[in-house]
Amino acid sequence: MTPNNSVLGASVSRLEDHGLLTGQSRFIDDLQLPGTLSAAFVRSPYGHALINGVNTEAACQVPGVVAVYTLTDLQPWLTDTRMATGLPSNSFRLDVNPRVLAADEVVYVGEPIAVVIAASRYAAEDAADLVEVDCEPLEVVADCRAALLADSPGAHRKLSHNLVAAFDFDYGHVEDAFRQADVIINESFRLHRGGAHSIEGRGAVASHDPVTGKLTLWTSTQRPHGVKRVICDLLGCNDDSVRVVAPQIGGGFGPKLVCYPEEVVVAVCGKLLQQPVKWTQDRYEYFLSTTQERDQYWDVEIAVDNDAMIKGVRGALLHDHGAYTARGLNVPYASGVALPLAYNIPAYHLDVYAVLTNKVPVTPVRGAGQPQGVFVMERLLDRVAAGLSLDRAEVRRRNLVRKEQMPCRKSLKLRGGTEVILDSGDYPATQELALEHAGWAAFGERQQAALEQGRHIGIGLANFVEGTGRGPYETVTVRINPSGNILVATGATAMGQSTQTMLAQIVAGQLGGDLSLVSVNCGDTDATPLGFGGFNSRQTVVAGASAHAAARAVRDKVFRLASRRLEAAERDLEINGHNVFVKDMPDRKLTFAQLARAASGLPGFKLPVAESGPGLEATESVVIDDMVYSNGSAVAEVEVDIDTGQVDIHRFLIVHDCGRMINPALVEGQVAGGIAHGIGNALFEWMGFDDNAQPVTTTFADYLLVSADKMPALELFHRESASPFNELGVKGVGESGCLPTPAAIVAAIEDALKPFDVKLNQAPLTPAVLWGLIRPAPGISAPEHWRSPGIDTAAYRKGVLL
Amino acid sequence: MKAAPFTYHRPGKLEEALDILSRVAGQDGRIIAGGQSLVPMMALRLAQPAHLVDINEIASLRGTGVERQTLVIRALARHADFHQPALTGPLGPLLATVAQNIAHYPIRQRGTFCGSLAHADPASEWCLAAVTLGGTVIARRRGGAREIPAGEFIQGPLTTTLEPDEMISAVHLPVPDQTGRFGFYEFNRRAGDFAPAMSLVTFTVQDETVTQVRLGVGGAEETPRRLSQVEEALNNKPLTDAQIRMASELAASLITPLEDALIPQDYRRQIVKTAVRRALEAAQGSRHGQ
Repeated sequence: MTPNNSVLGASVSRLEDHGLLTGQSRFIDDLQLPGTLSAAFVRSPYGHALINGVNTEAACQVPGVVAVYTLTDLQPWLTDTRMATGLPSNSFRLDVNPRVLAADEVVYVGEPIAVVIAASRYAAEDAADLVEVDCEPLEVVADCRAALLADSPGAHRKLSHNLVAAFDFDYGHVEDAFRQADVIINESFRLHRGGAHSIEGRGAVASHDPVTGKLTLWTSTQRPHGVKRVICDLLGCNDDSVRVVAPQIGGGFGPKLVCYPEEVVVAVCGKLLQQPVKWTQDRYEYFLSTTQERDQYWDVEIAVDNDAMIKGVRGALLHDHGAYTARGLNVPYASGVALPLAYNIPAYHLDVYAVLTNKVPVTPVRGAGQPQGVFVMERLLDRVAAGLSLDRAEVRRRNLVRKEQMPCRKSLKLRGGTEVILDSGDYPATQELALEHAGWAAFGERQQAALEQGRHIGIGLANFVEGTGRGPYETVTVRINPSGNILVATGATAMGQSTQTMLAQIVAGQLGGDLSLVSVNCGDTDATPLGFGGFNSRQTVVAGASAHAAARAVRDKVFRLASRRLEAAERDLEINGHNVFVKDMPDRKLTFAQLARAASGLPGFKLPVAESGPGLEATESVVIDDMVYSNGSAVAEVEVDIDTGQVDIHRFLIVHDCGRMINPALVEGQVAGGIAHGIGNALFEWMGFDDNAQPVTTTFADYLLVSADKMPALELFHRESASPFNELGVKGVGESGCLPTPAAIVAAIEDALKPFDVKLNQAPLTPAVLWGLIRPAPGISAPEHWRSPGIDTAAYRKGVLL
Repeated sequence: MKAAPFTYHRPGKLEEALDILSRVAGQDGRIIAGGQSLVPMMALRLAQPAHLVDINEIASLRGTGVERQTLVIRALARHADFHQPALTGPLGPLLATVAQNIAHYPIRQRGTFCGSLAHADPASEWCLAAVTLGGTVIARRRGGAREIPAGEFIQGPLTTTLEPDEMISAVHLPVPDQTGRFGFYEFNRRAGDFAPAMSLVTFTVQDETVTQVRLGVGGAEETPRRLSQVEEALNNKPLTDAQIRMASELAASLITPLEDALIPQDYRRQIVKTAVRRALEAAQGSRHGQ
């Protein structure tokens, strides 16, 4: 039995492990209800086209096919043909919600047009191949820069321009800052991120119960409550007749936070056919139809004085929004917020343009725009260091937000209007620790020695601050059952990040410390009617706070009841495992089962503790509006093979502070996973499209994820600056690893290539790009996308429809 | 990503397999051995054979053997069969070195040498090895067989001279001189990826000069090939650093590089140069030895 005092903050093994290791966990494709039918989607082969007609006749003849539906067939069952899945914003200039199925126009390759329902997925795919879609290709918007020029076609036929939204960040006296600056450095950046590529793709199973009239949708989502809202609204159902459950999820990493057309179609089909319908996304479909993060073009300048003190930052950001608004403006918004977080920047102005393209919609991928903001800021600081001949770490040291400024109110607002207040942390100390572990000061000598042997090694540093714990709340119910076990039910959703273990540790911390008594029910709209789910590194903060409060409320009830039954003062009671006993008298005890039965009451008898109400149960929804901010410093050491442009990461270390850690092993897992993703963004992951917006990287042979042989041994160090904004002192950690990683690695590569005087303002950096920059061969030009960026914002402003 | 319908055959004897193949050849009937290229292509429906003839039950097609100065690599010899040297002398370690660069460990347990040749991917290590080492493809059909030099067998990317009713029953590699040396280098962004370029070189050293040089480049062009001009430039001279530099630059100038969205031609040329240099250095026993 684990003693109470050690369960919180201990690297206990996970509640999830048993099911996963014994193959008992059930993912979407494992759910096999009797009579389940399979769905396959017919998708657009064009980036932009008119649909003149869809012929399903031949498909309907395929043996095993039950139905082939287009929007026309489903429309009578729907209240609307568009899905409202985005967050509201006053900045929108165009209303482009995704369609349930495309009927007269397709706007990205992979957009669903029809669905085939058949006895097997094989038959469904055979038939899907036979659905004839009469398409008339239209002009395609493949590049978010060209999309803003006055002569660009519209990504949607009826739109006269592609500027879906524009907004800015603005504080301080920016003009003055630049007028008075000693040094102004101006840079352009081209930043690309690809997809999330959870090991399990999306998928859903719908089952309609004809007796109760209830529709259940199991779906691989980060937000079952969000999906339920869309389903209820589109199917015209009341809330009691729809249940959405996220079963075991094989990773989310962002894209599973929106409701997709396939989920709605599968739900309708399940109801229409009165048979369970399953759709399991394959990887090819994932590449085509799951949201991505893709392209940002930054044109920014920084003003500093001769001591490298930052006076201001200003610029513009062009953001590829994709063909529809699937989530909103949160990605470019988070990029803009992330840029100035870690440093004292007295004046800041950023114009943000979100631009429609004929590509799959953009939503967050782990990091949600923040890595790009961090990249831009960190690269600017390296340029300042170079310009003033200062050590890169020294420039940062002078400008980092200091401990004594905490809590530090930034002149920024979150998307919902609340203020950005850095809650805790010692950023300079974090950096110092990283430098010390990295041997930063002595690296120059090693670099020189290596160079003398013809080897090019380099070191890079990046700091980050991540906004975590997005509110307003997450409901948690804690109940001690009459059988003596502890049930935790929550709207929080687990997609592989050990949410159950985290909540169980918090609850067990109050209720006896025995994790084996605790089970956690996540992501079921019937178990917890209100909820938000897993995104924005939020659940440990918001669900954790509610779990802590609910567990304490149950503990109070336990003590009140036990105090009467054991005839002892509450302050003299203790809980260990499932035993509640009088201190130093372990025989004077009652078990959870005994107490829960007593608290349930007996017919005709008074409740044992009237003021506690019946049962040992509490539900809490602790409201948290302010976010909490994790921080860290990463150092990368690389070697570049100048004959091939290949980069080897020799070392990667991070000093990380996410406040108090509930479970250090889980924190390390999250940080390591984030770094892996960040290495992919720095060196490998490229979601390519051609000039017709045809995706050209649709298998893992073309789209490269970081592989085991490219992962360095990570060096992880923790600091724990408890957050004063919640009782547990915790902050989120799910995304932070990927925030500084591309910036640190690219800085290290640039450092390694000092002899070549190369400026690296883009990610990912492939060997071909690097070699092209090292050895520009006369007369041979690299394709456009290999070149260092150089966007001319002024030109865009002229051509732009503002 | 589910394959289109097909009829599956699993004969136990070679004759039976050839018999079935002769009947189904006209309906895009295909032999399947390891299936490591064919099955993904079927899953993507890029290949939709109406018949698959699975030869895995045919015991006579398994493994390798040495017959009269020839290494016989039969149709079911897996990549992993070369993890340990398949024979004594330099050829065993050479093939073991090459095999380690093929895809990943699980794939090497299933994929076959002969299947790689039949598939003829430009980035196939075995295609480069067969061409460089002077291999011979044994193509068999019902009632007959023919021998095709590997260099003639491979016609272009995924294109060979194999007729629809033929299968590769074996590939023969001549066993080289016991004193021969070899070097292999391929460049990959990650272990196991399709290589943009690779080079294999073998030679014999006599009185400090190299002779019988065979130098092949793969991955960079539509088909792997030996670069005879480079071989001639190296033959009968000491393998100095200057010679290595000359040879790698000459090789890079001789090729017509493939181009795709990820790899511009000039970069691939550079990788050829590097691969040839490092293969020669490996053969020389210098720092890039594998």
